Amino acid sequence: MNPLDIARWQFGITTVYHFLFVPLTIGLSALVAGLQTAWVRTGNTGHLRATKFWGKLLLINFAMGIVTGIVQEFQFGMNWSAYSRFVGDVFGAPLALEGLLAFFLESTFLGLWIFGWDRLPKKIHLACIWIVSVGTLLSAYFILAANSWMQHPVGYHLDPATGRARLTDFWAVLTNSTMLVAFPHTITAAFVTAGLFMVGISAWHLARRRHVEVFRPSLKIALAVTLIASLGVAVTGDLQGKVMTKQQPMKMAAAEALYKTERPASFSLVTVGTLDGRKEVFSVKVPRVLSFLATGHFDGKVDGINDVQAAEQAKYGAGDYRPVVPVTYWNFRIMAGIGFLTAFLALLGLWLMRRGRLPRNRWVWRAGVLSLVLPFVGNSAGWIFTEMGRQPWSVYGVLKTSASVSPGVSATSMLISVLALTTLYAVLIVIETGLMLRYVKAGPPSEEDVAPPPPGDDSSAEPSLTFAY
Amino acid sequence: MEATTVWFVVIAFLWTGYFFLEGFDFGVGVLLPVLGRGDTERRVLLNAIGPVWDGNEVWFIVAGAGTFAAFPDWYATLFSGFYLPLLAILLALIVRGVALEYRGKRDEPHWRRRWDRAIFGGSLVPAFVWGVVFANLSRGVPLDARHEYVGTLADLLNPYALLGGLTTLTLFVLHGAVFLALKTAGDVRARAVRIARAAVVAAIVVGGAFLLITQVQHGKPVTWATVAVAAAGLAGAAVAVVRGRDGWAFVGTGTAIVFAVVTLFTALFPDVMPSTIAAANSLTTTNAASSPYTLKIMTIAAVAFTPLVVLYQGWTYWVFRRRIHASHIPQPVPEPAKDPEPAR
Repeated sequence: MNPLDIARWQFGITTVYHFLFVPLTIGLSALVAGLQTAWVRTGNTGHLRATKFWGKLLLINFAMGIVTGIVQEFQFGMNWSAYSRFVGDVFGAPLALEGLLAFFLESTFLGLWIFGWDRLPKKIHLACIWIVSVGTLLSAYFILAANSWMQHPVGYHLDPATGRARLTDFWAVLTNSTMLVAFPHTITAAFVTAGLFMVGISAWHLARRRHVEVFRPSLKIALAVTLIASLGVAVTGDLQGKVMTKQQPMKMAAAEALYKTERPASFSLVTVGTLDGRKEVFSVKVPRVLSFLATGHFDGKVDGINDVQAAEQAKYGAGDYRPVVPVTYWNFRIMAGIGFLTAFLALLGLWLMRRGRLPRNRWVWRAGVLSLVLPFVGNSAGWIFTEMGRQPWSVYGVLKTSASVSPGVSATSMLISVLALTTLYAVLIVIETGLMLRYVKAGPPSEEDVAPPPPGDDSSAEPSLTFAY
Repeated sequence: MEATTVWFVVIAFLWTGYFFLEGFDFGVGVLLPVLGRGDTERRVLLNAIGPVWDGNEVWFIVAGAGTFAAFPDWYATLFSGFYLPLLAILLALIVRGVALEYRGKRDEPHWRRRWDRAIFGGSLVPAFVWGVVFANLSRGVPLDARHEYVGTLADLLNPYALLGGLTTLTLFVLHGAVFLALKTAGDVRARAVRIARAAVVAAIVVGGAFLLITQVQHGKPVTWATVAVAAAGLAGAAVAVVRGRDGWAFVGTGTAIVFAVVTLFTALFPDVMPSTIAAANSLTTTNAASSPYTLKIMTIAAVAFTPLVVLYQGWTYWVFRRRIHASHIPQPVPEPAKDPEPAR
């Protein structure tokens, strides 16, 4: 294997892995903050028990997101030094702002929230988890601004002296049209993730009729969040499709395995191509739907892979500008299919739970538990689609992935890196999942556990910490 | 001052803050098996850094990302050139972060023992390797005309750099011991003071040698002053440790770390990565820097937000200012049942 392939595999593995934890952190921190707010406002200990239960799971997940994020920050320099030199002037700024504005907030206030239960006034303690939640959103904003610049570079020019990208308009980078649709799409997907995570775990307990007073409210909140967020995902996904058709026509064509330009274009339900993914062999299609998805009109023109390839060759010179079509095609289908499925499941769940009902059918609860897997698959498929669909470019139309890799790092070093990280990540996911399952099964703390200590107790000695490592 | 110089100072400030802060929590991690006899005592150590270690670590992330934004070539050459040492640091930080968060989540001796080892190793490796990395920065590394690192791993493991590694390790262990003396009470504190007495001697010998060599080989006249302040910090720490003045001892070790890092960066300026092949190949604050426009934006952000960060991080230390004693450590939370009885 050459260094380029190894570096790409490492980026793929570490990024998909990192993004297993990130959306859950984003969505769940807001939901936990909401539950804690409900407790602070009503004094209902059911909400406090729910806050503690979901908060524990949030922390188990948060830790993994934080540590795997460190690799993300530095592998640009390690494996992609040519890329870093080329884009640093533009791309480095949002990353630095993410650290300065978001990471400091998240880590500091998360520490205050974890250890501050008995040290801070109730409302200030509550503010801490909200600040953490805002931190996660800020972080998403800056990193998506950086990624959107790779999809659709704006606010820069190429320095004739160095041949590198130079920032000319930072505001343009922060308000990139690609970012404006990618950000709400990612955030709503994060809420679907947290929603179905809560649905799955609540369903597991409710199937056994355990802790109903905690999990019934959790389930209803989670279903409502999932439904609203799923609709948000669909709407923003649709907007994104139209932006993508304009900005990266090849990615849209590859998402559909549409080889020849069509007007009107049909949406593919199944397309089977040749093994090298270069030609269509068989397909089942719905007429005109792709035209609508891509352009907003039922008779809009959608460019095919072969025509975009010819156009890009004319623009950028000889070369292959086609991504790996089976990868983009199937990941696009997995992503979109799961998007619709989650909306349907949430609606079904709300209907089954209407007016105090608790379904008896075992299969309902099994489906509820299993739905937990969906958003994680959907999120991964979405990122694999959007990153693989941009290939062969690392910065679309400006810098190729093959020209981005570190020239001075040997394949051996890179292999050591990818093997060490993959092995470590594999071990950690087993440990993390085991710990999650343990705390899921243990259920929320009891009424007595969360009751405040009776007054006068412990007055002689300093009280022990309510939370400690 | 030119924008590139401003950003050199900002980057130096971020690294200084990082080593001052995470220096003591690395030290606590290394001292975990030595100072913590039994689970409760080890929990005293860990809870002393529990609320703050993660915020401390972000200084590294921001130093790295700030370098990416302000000096892309420095970021690219540093991280691709020092590939394996930095990989070791990343792996250690991953293991350490998970270990700190997960250790207390199960009340089983073998589970906790394993994570204790992870915390020890995950603290030891970066405490040593950071010294190796920064010593090599000041010594210079083989860079070609395109600013690519053309040396090997063995080139980075030269005696001067290894002495640098020992310096950060001993300084951080001392800093950690002094921090524990300040933040704990009872047996752990008594042991931390004893360790600090030994560690301060080691730090004076090793760190003194390293700073002297650095000054003689790479220093400027002005860095004599910073070396002197660092040395005074260590001497002050030694006196304060002997007299049992915990706060002053921490000020002393903090001063030593801050001025050791300031010495390295001042000696480096205006280079950021000197080349041992030809001076023309060196990366400098000028040829590694981003455009004036990017630096201006970054300056505005740094001026607006850095004071805020320092303020709220400082507040965290105030909230958790109380000394921790073994009696404060709560009984382990009842173990989540392994296989709850099916209730249907």
